[in-house]
Amino acid sequence: MTAITPDIVREHGLSDEEYAHIKRLLNREPNLVELGIFSVMWSEHCSYKSTRVHLARLPTKAPWVIQGPGENAGVIDVGDGDACIFKMESHNHPSFIEPYQGAATGVGGIMRDVFTMGARPIAMMNALRFGEPSHPKTRHLVGGVVSGIGGYGNCMGVPTVGGEVNFHKSYNGNILVNAMCIGLARKDRIFLSAAKGAGNPVVYIGSKTGRDGIHGATMASAEFSEDSEEKRPTVQVGDPFTEKLLLEACLELMATDAIIAIQDMGAAGLTSSSAEMADKGGSGIELDLDQVPQREANMTAYDMMLSESQERMLAVLKPGREAQAEAIFRKWELDFAVIGVTTDTRRLVVKHKGAMVADLPVTALSDEAPKYKRPYAEQPAASGAVTVGKRDVLASLKTILASPDICSRRWVWEQYDNTVMADTVQRPGGDAAVVRVHGTQKGLAITTDVTPRYCAADPYEGAKQAVAEAWRNITAVGAKPLAVTDNLNFGNPQKPEIMAQIVRGIDGIGEACRALDFPVIGGNCSLYNETNGEAILPTPAIGGVGLMADIHRMATVALKREGDAILLIGDTRGHLGQSIYLREIEGREDGACPPVDLAAERKNGEFVRKLIETGRVDTVHDVSDGGVAVTLAEMALAGGIGMDVGVAGTTVDAVPFFFGEDQARYVVAAPAAEADRIESELRAAGIIHAIIGRTIAAKVLRIECEGEIGLSELRAAHEGWFPAYMDS
Amino acid sequence: MKSAVVVFPASNCDRDAQVALKQMTGKDPHMVWHQESEFPDVDLVVLPGGFSYGDYLRCGAMASQSAVMRAVKAHAERGGAVLGVCNGFQVLTESHLLPGALMRNAHLKFVCRPVTMTVEETQNVFTRKYSKGQKVTFPVAHGEGNYVADEETLDRLEGEGRVVFRYAPGDNPNGSSRDIAGILSEKRNVLGLMPHPERMVDPLLGGTDGRAMFESLIETLS
Repeated sequence: MTAITPDIVREHGLSDEEYAHIKRLLNREPNLVELGIFSVMWSEHCSYKSTRVHLARLPTKAPWVIQGPGENAGVIDVGDGDACIFKMESHNHPSFIEPYQGAATGVGGIMRDVFTMGARPIAMMNALRFGEPSHPKTRHLVGGVVSGIGGYGNCMGVPTVGGEVNFHKSYNGNILVNAMCIGLARKDRIFLSAAKGAGNPVVYIGSKTGRDGIHGATMASAEFSEDSEEKRPTVQVGDPFTEKLLLEACLELMATDAIIAIQDMGAAGLTSSSAEMADKGGSGIELDLDQVPQREANMTAYDMMLSESQERMLAVLKPGREAQAEAIFRKWELDFAVIGVTTDTRRLVVKHKGAMVADLPVTALSDEAPKYKRPYAEQPAASGAVTVGKRDVLASLKTILASPDICSRRWVWEQYDNTVMADTVQRPGGDAAVVRVHGTQKGLAITTDVTPRYCAADPYEGAKQAVAEAWRNITAVGAKPLAVTDNLNFGNPQKPEIMAQIVRGIDGIGEACRALDFPVIGGNCSLYNETNGEAILPTPAIGGVGLMADIHRMATVALKREGDAILLIGDTRGHLGQSIYLREIEGREDGACPPVDLAAERKNGEFVRKLIETGRVDTVHDVSDGGVAVTLAEMALAGGIGMDVGVAGTTVDAVPFFFGEDQARYVVAAPAAEADRIESELRAAGIIHAIIGRTIAAKVLRIECEGEIGLSELRAAHEGWFPAYMDS
Repeated sequence: MKSAVVVFPASNCDRDAQVALKQMTGKDPHMVWHQESEFPDVDLVVLPGGFSYGDYLRCGAMASQSAVMRAVKAHAERGGAVLGVCNGFQVLTESHLLPGALMRNAHLKFVCRPVTMTVEETQNVFTRKYSKGQKVTFPVAHGEGNYVADEETLDRLEGEGRVVFRYAPGDNPNGSSRDIAGILSEKRNVLGLMPHPERMVDPLLGGTDGRAMFESLIETLS
């Protein structure tokens, strides 16, 4: 047997102290298989060792939360016995190394997290960050990631209904691919991963195990360097056809009552699924690796325990139900094998070729995993107001609409099947996507949001803003925001300034989620997003889900009628710090990010939602990146209807009025008489607002004292950048 | 009208077709598993969209060899109506129930968007409730929808009035020859098209242009 040397320990990503702790827990040296098991279970990716103490501060409860963090995905009650199950997860490191397969398997992994709980996936979203467009790798990465997401999701027949795409130089060496899956189940048919009881068969279902992805979790827990290309063999290859079979077979098995517990084999495959299931069930598991379906000959126990081959699940069945389960998996032509049994020993025991190759206490892998309170050093937030000169508003708008972060993402989402399942009632391009709860009039609104430049300027306010924007986007379509999943992408937590971003980011999410009754029901941390010591912008992506009772009462961003009044709801002070205007027009990224007044968010949002729910308003857009000007342009372009607007007697100058990114704002279009009534109600409610213009017959955007620009010219700017960049 | 929807292991528009048929006919269609070699007695067979057996080879190539396709061919030979949408169209060309082939999209990317088409022919069971020259909009969602055939075949399809749907000028999403979106078999009882009529029967989903196809079938086959 291989002797464990300090070099081997380091190659497994374990520190000297961690290794000493393992020896104390075992009262002996681990063997190589056991060291491999510890290395993945104690990796940042699986153990959340740098973040667990902080994540505990997040609000996770609400009357409608059925399952909070800790399972494969979170679950909320959406009424009538329906439950919505969702989660977002990163696949950043593999996607940088091999964009198509990295993104594809990210989609496959998050879908398994959702259907392992008994849900049929009904929608996918994503949040993507790439390096600057001029970087030589960016085009290749965008193309590969987008086609990988589409390639997997399209084959699965689950609509990909939206997401975000940003570009920034901090992601040049470390892109972010965060995928979110939303599923539906019956509330009383949710499957958990606790392997309760002894003597129950442990079954392996899905694809065969190969040598792919060994040490993926460990790779995802370290910084990148120039030689990261050499890690390509650790990226798994996805097979959406097998996943489709696995989905249908699992749902068929779940319709029986044969299952005690089930979990997908994600990061660190057999190791993490068996250890976590035993841990949650308060049991032990004994595995016989000779029974594992294998793709290659002569695989070692080490290979099998660390393989991240895709499209596999581990389940614990009621005794005697093996044949019933096997028949279902044979029908779908998938591998099925009884590979172990649950025990009452609280130990994970692994046998291979008649020998015991691992024998570890389950708690050593879970409870005893390191939990660090890493030192952190908060940096002063960027502060100060910024001043700008006078500039042509319409010309600036045209430039901004054609900029990489604001231009139309049509090139991206046209590669995703966004209408399969015939329940997509709001397609990509709006504030939130809306999918119908099949066979009902209910709709689920879904969004992903974060503004990393705000988070870099002020991790606390920026994280608050990410939550507030997700809440606002869901509100703007007319749904009630219910819960979020967070995907925390940061740099190396061992650097105190990065750790401070993480701590303050979590605090910001917590405060906003508490204030908005928007609990966190699951998520994922992706740390060590650095290449050659350069960290990404802090990027705590928020995936939000909301519920609307009646999809006939839904708002979209598209203008619908001539003669509508344009109402701007919320306080417009003209905050230009960290704005798109400043970056794209003046080439600066400075000043404070816009502060988020959570009380105003809630008050303004609830007012707007009520207008939609009562059928009084059907045209709403939230104000975010690029300010009022971009909001108005998007509404005009989506509806093909022009408008005539002005600063409406405010004291704010035109540039800050139209491009400021003050929060808690919405633009609403409504027939004039209705708008008058709404205005008096706004006044009575004490909500700052203004009627800033009206829709007109001419296909132009006309701004008082600034002139006008044709919608066709704006559309060409807005639609042009992405295809020109990608297809050049 | 009695109908059946064929279900391959990676069909993924089977439910969409089922829902549309139920909505339009008031009756649940039979869902027929790919291993079945016999069919219930039906008037219409739908080959739905999806990825049949993964389609890692040519799309629809493996499906054309399946047990169920022998039954579909027999149904078509008896003059029964067959509607192949998207992957279903690919399966029909691979099975030689329709001429030509569907290649990768000319721009090499998957494309999902609404496309506008012209209804070119109404003398058949699928489109009689449309008017000739009518513009209709259905979504497409495919990576391999680029219809090709030799010039002689294309001339013949056009000459015999078998090009039923043509992409509107400038709205060809995949590079198909002569903007062809959907074609009929020689006996005019088999229709294959890339755009999805079954995703266009519910106004909440963006339009109802697909309804007339089902209404045509119901009127003729009931």
